[in-house]
Amino acid sequence: MQVALFFIFATLAVAGAVNLLVQRAPINAALSLVAVMGALAVLYLLLGAEFIAFVQILVYAGAIMVLFVFVIMLLNAQPDEASHRSRVARIIGVPALVALLVEFAGFLATQFSDSPVRMGEYISSTEDLGMALFHQYLLPFEVTSVLFLVGLIGAVLLAARREDPPAAMPTAVSSSSAKTTPAELVIR
Amino acid sequence: MSEFFGPNEWFVSRPLAELGIFALGILLLDYWFRRWRPGLTPLLALLGIGFAAIPTRQIQLAVRQAPLQAFDGALRVDNFAVYFWFLFLAAAGVAVLTSYRFLEIEEEPQGEYYALLLFSVIGMFVLAAADELIVAFLGLEVMSLALYVLVGYLRRDRRSNEAALKYLLLGAFSSAILAYGMSLLYGLSGSTRFEEVAAALARQSTAQPLVFLGVAALTVGLLFKLAAAPFHQWAPDAYQGAPTALVGFMSVGVKAAAFALLLRLFQTALPAQRPGWAPMLAGVALATMTLGNFGALLQNNTKRLLAYSSIAHAGYMLLGFVAGNQTGRYGVLVYLLVYTFMELGAFTVLVSLRRRGIVGDRVDDLNGLMHKAPGSAIMMLLFLLSLAGVPPLAGFYGKYFIFLALIQTQHFALAVAAVLYVALSLYYYVRLVAAMFTGTATESAPLSYSAGLRLALGALVALTVLVGVFPEPMLRMAHNALIGW
Repeated sequence: MQVALFFIFATLAVAGAVNLLVQRAPINAALSLVAVMGALAVLYLLLGAEFIAFVQILVYAGAIMVLFVFVIMLLNAQPDEASHRSRVARIIGVPALVALLVEFAGFLATQFSDSPVRMGEYISSTEDLGMALFHQYLLPFEVTSVLFLVGLIGAVLLAARREDPPAAMPTAVSSSSAKTTPAELVIR
Repeated sequence: MSEFFGPNEWFVSRPLAELGIFALGILLLDYWFRRWRPGLTPLLALLGIGFAAIPTRQIQLAVRQAPLQAFDGALRVDNFAVYFWFLFLAAAGVAVLTSYRFLEIEEEPQGEYYALLLFSVIGMFVLAAADELIVAFLGLEVMSLALYVLVGYLRRDRRSNEAALKYLLLGAFSSAILAYGMSLLYGLSGSTRFEEVAAALARQSTAQPLVFLGVAALTVGLLFKLAAAPFHQWAPDAYQGAPTALVGFMSVGVKAAAFALLLRLFQTALPAQRPGWAPMLAGVALATMTLGNFGALLQNNTKRLLAYSSIAHAGYMLLGFVAGNQTGRYGVLVYLLVYTFMELGAFTVLVSLRRRGIVGDRVDDLNGLMHKAPGSAIMMLLFLLSLAGVPPLAGFYGKYFIFLALIQTQHFALAVAAVLYVALSLYYYVRLVAAMFTGTATESAPLSYSAGLRLALGALVALTVLVGVFPEPMLRMAHNALIGW
């Protein structure tokens, strides 16, 4: 059962990854990345790492993919035009890829011949993770939350539009068009 | 209370909690009362600093005999950490006192400024007491991130935007290098605790490539924050663009925090690596003094000039670290303390030069200050002479102990070079003095003093002179900070 599921989702992940590379339209590529992420989440689940699996779905398949799709839609990205096929890629790239794959296969064959992958002391179950996070790493956890808060305040502060239009301020600004902050530039 | 948040944790995290609560309170109350009481937020910030000072004092009394370990060894609060905590609180207090009027002139909102200031103090607190790599890194990031935003706080000022972007990019770069070094040390030792890193590295030689790379990356990351050569280029730009009222705090606080971590790292985590690294740091210190002092000679902008001079000061402090004996560490602590008064003082005078329509950061803006505001001019004179290290003032003692440590450890060439650079630095400090006393004013707008600014200036000048005349209490504080080292 486990093995069957593994092969189904592993195949799905690899197929998604290949599709991601082959697709011309950015939106199709992004959507096949979702498939890869989802299949990976199932693989994590099969390894007993349910927390990582759910975080994978929430963060990668959810938040980050939404961001990707959002940017693609915003930029109105068009399908890629086929570029001039480079001869260098064929002469150097293909042999290099083959060499890399052979090397990798050889490594797998010698290093992990038939012993199964050993799991660590901690399987990253939600409970273990919570215990570690709120016992040993309580202070880093709290300081990180302060860090995020500072980042949030800073981003809002720098990006926020000013309430009053600055009328001919006698500041050090030489030209009046210097109102755009770096953060605004990023957002626009 | 369970075992992972016991009385120790509660006791130690109280100053952090006070600062955090006040920072959040400032944001909320500023949102509610901005229209009616714009002056509320600086008062709240001062109150927060005061409230944080009370538990800090209690902790100081408690750790006098034995240091407190908290959060499973993530924090180690000892005399050394508490010394730096008070230093950060004092610097933040001065920054709050001088900022209100300045922000009013710049027509920027008050609330977030003080909240971010308090957050950066939290980062410094964590950094100075960190006994573990992750916590040290996070403390450094909280401090830096808040300061990146504060540097770019003057959103209409193009230079402020540029300074913030440069500071952010170079800061992120240095943080990445630092994190890389930390990850290597973790990989070598299997632990992020300083003591365990030390135990694991005690058997390894400095020449071992991974150890070398790890310590090098860590040191380079910290040298960036210290603005030591060759990683100092961001400092003049960042100081020039940042709000003048903030620059003093930035210069003092970040330097003190980075030195706290540097001293603690090489004391507890990398003691075995120290001998191998002292010569390289001696080179860095020499380069820092050279570039700082020569750079300052050429500046026509007061903030840039003081930025280069602060680079030179970092070079002198690094020499104390190079000497590496108890006197050297003691010298660094004394230097940081007196540097806090005089650097903040010099920048506070510059803040008063910022008026509506006058930026007040060119050397020419100091022209004729003696006629316009004799009090300010004389105070600036005292701060500048103290920065130069002229004997009856506080700045002398910082340099004295550093040079003493160099001589005790037979670094005669370095001591001679440092003394020559002190002589050189007199040139550009006197240039500012000459502008104040002999130049003729180009405008007659009165200086902008607020009550807070007067208070800050008075306190700073009193400290600069009093510590110079009666150094005993301050020297005892620095001495106590090193008990148990």
